[in-house]
Amino acid sequence: MANSILQVENLVKRYGDVEAVRGVSFNVEEGEVFGLLGPNGAGKTTTVEILEGLRTPDGGRVSVCGFDPQRDSDALKHEIGAALQSTSLPDKLRVMEALRLFASFYKRRRNPEELLKRFGLEEKRNAFYSQLSGGQKQRLALAMALVNDPKVLFFDEPTAGLDPQVRREIYDIIEELRREKKTILMTTHYIEEAERLCDRVAIVDHGKVIALGSPRELKAHSGGTTRIEVRLAKPESDGALKRLEGVADAREVDGAYVIHSNRPPQTIVSIVKHLEAQGNELVSLEIASPSLEDVFIEMTGRRLRD
Amino acid sequence: MNNFTNLTRMRIQLALRNKMFFFFSVIFPLGMFFIYAGIFAKGDPQKVSYFLGPVIALNVMGSFWGLSATLVMFREQGILRRFHVTPVSATDMLASSLLANYALTLPTVFVELAFARLVFHVPNLGNLLSLAVLVTVGTVSFGSLGLVVASVTNTMQETQVLNQLIWLPLIFLSGATLPMGYLPKVAQGFAVFLPATYLVSGLQNALYSSFSVWQLSIQIFSLACWALLTFFVAAQLFRWEPEAKIPRNAKLWAAATALPFLLLGIWENGNGKILNQAQNAYHSLDRPSSPSQDKK
Repeated sequence: MANSILQVENLVKRYGDVEAVRGVSFNVEEGEVFGLLGPNGAGKTTTVEILEGLRTPDGGRVSVCGFDPQRDSDALKHEIGAALQSTSLPDKLRVMEALRLFASFYKRRRNPEELLKRFGLEEKRNAFYSQLSGGQKQRLALAMALVNDPKVLFFDEPTAGLDPQVRREIYDIIEELRREKKTILMTTHYIEEAERLCDRVAIVDHGKVIALGSPRELKAHSGGTTRIEVRLAKPESDGALKRLEGVADAREVDGAYVIHSNRPPQTIVSIVKHLEAQGNELVSLEIASPSLEDVFIEMTGRRLRD
Repeated sequence: MNNFTNLTRMRIQLALRNKMFFFFSVIFPLGMFFIYAGIFAKGDPQKVSYFLGPVIALNVMGSFWGLSATLVMFREQGILRRFHVTPVSATDMLASSLLANYALTLPTVFVELAFARLVFHVPNLGNLLSLAVLVTVGTVSFGSLGLVVASVTNTMQETQVLNQLIWLPLIFLSGATLPMGYLPKVAQGFAVFLPATYLVSGLQNALYSSFSVWQLSIQIFSLACWALLTFFVAAQLFRWEPEAKIPRNAKLWAAATALPFLLLGIWENGNGKILNQAQNAYHSLDRPSSPSQDKK
């Protein structure tokens, strides 16, 4: 672990009285796609921006490619590539000009033509930035993160605000980078994104890492159980639901009951029987294999979605 | 150096694609030129020559307006953040804004000089070296002032309010619109605290009275010092991030930029050299035979 390309130890960042990051620690190994998963405001972006050298930490120790982002910021910037959140380019800058300009800032560079082709922006090479669609802007942002053939890539919410089809396009791009063994640190608040793209995930909430591991490990840890979500006509105490057949855990989340079961068929039958006996009624029922969301709910009692 | 050159090229390209730029940096100054030359000077070559300094001064001083607005827009839209994760430095960013602005200001100045010579038959354009030096220090210093404005304001609205506050005394009390000799004594006493006064006076003396660089050393030296100071302050206060707070001592830094002309103003109020020069040039307009007509 001593040679991890990216090391974060007990990182702390305060904004006034608010502690945005409260002792975050993790390592990212070379060739790994590492995800920070958590709701908005959990401190993911702050963490990433400290690693990029954009913000000053208030405590802890970080190292990126062997550099301290504070002290060796100039050297570090040659080694990293980033697609930031809430950023843009001048409206009247053309796609190809942007790639060439940004490539010119680095000692090591990749051929902008090749990036244009790879990110499907050939037809847009002479388009102004303002003429691009949301998806095209994001593809350009990813292409620009690669202009210096960086050792570490930072993608901050790479698919936020994009529609599902465009989101899948971006997934394909990131999966391809993963196959090429690029080291990527990404943040997301989409569960499917973390499960699909990341080798390992740190679940972050209120400035702390509350769980860390591969998506498979994390889900196994939460019991590897099937998730049954029901809405009822009348409130029900979760204590009673917990005692039903095959139920590993049951709790109320936002007016619905999330039940984890080892034996879903038996559990469903017993839920129905129990409700009948109580004079209660099922309004809706959903069954899903366990996801990282369940891990989050288990740890925090809240949903990951806003 | 490489980053600086490439950023300068980008800024020039972007400005040339911007309609607002054409209005404020080309149409507007040329419009002012024709109002001064055609209406105030009534096409009289001697008077056109007298007003040419103030017209070019307005053009040069206008730099601060565009530079502050562009930099604030770049910060607000998160464009600067994108540059912040690259090896580009704050000095690259600021210096390239200044150089691009200089390169974009020069053509309009040339066009104004050409119109004065060819359309209004101004017999000579005075001391061209003095003119070149003053246009350069003027563009750089007022451009730097714009960069400071961008750093002490948070939103475009604040920037525009501050720009207005700076612009009004700059144009009305510097001799740029109302000739210095025409202003009441109190206003003249105040005018010598403004950098704009030295730029207007310098340009007017260079163009109308053919003063050499040496004769204009006060104007040139004070503006050059001011340019260095404002650029240094701009670099100290520069912020990449839209949410980054204005440093607590920012007002102090910004106030420091007024220092050179505060000292010079006190000195000038006692010695009155600049004001006398302005007075002489103004009164020479009424004399039937003025230096420029003698040469005919």
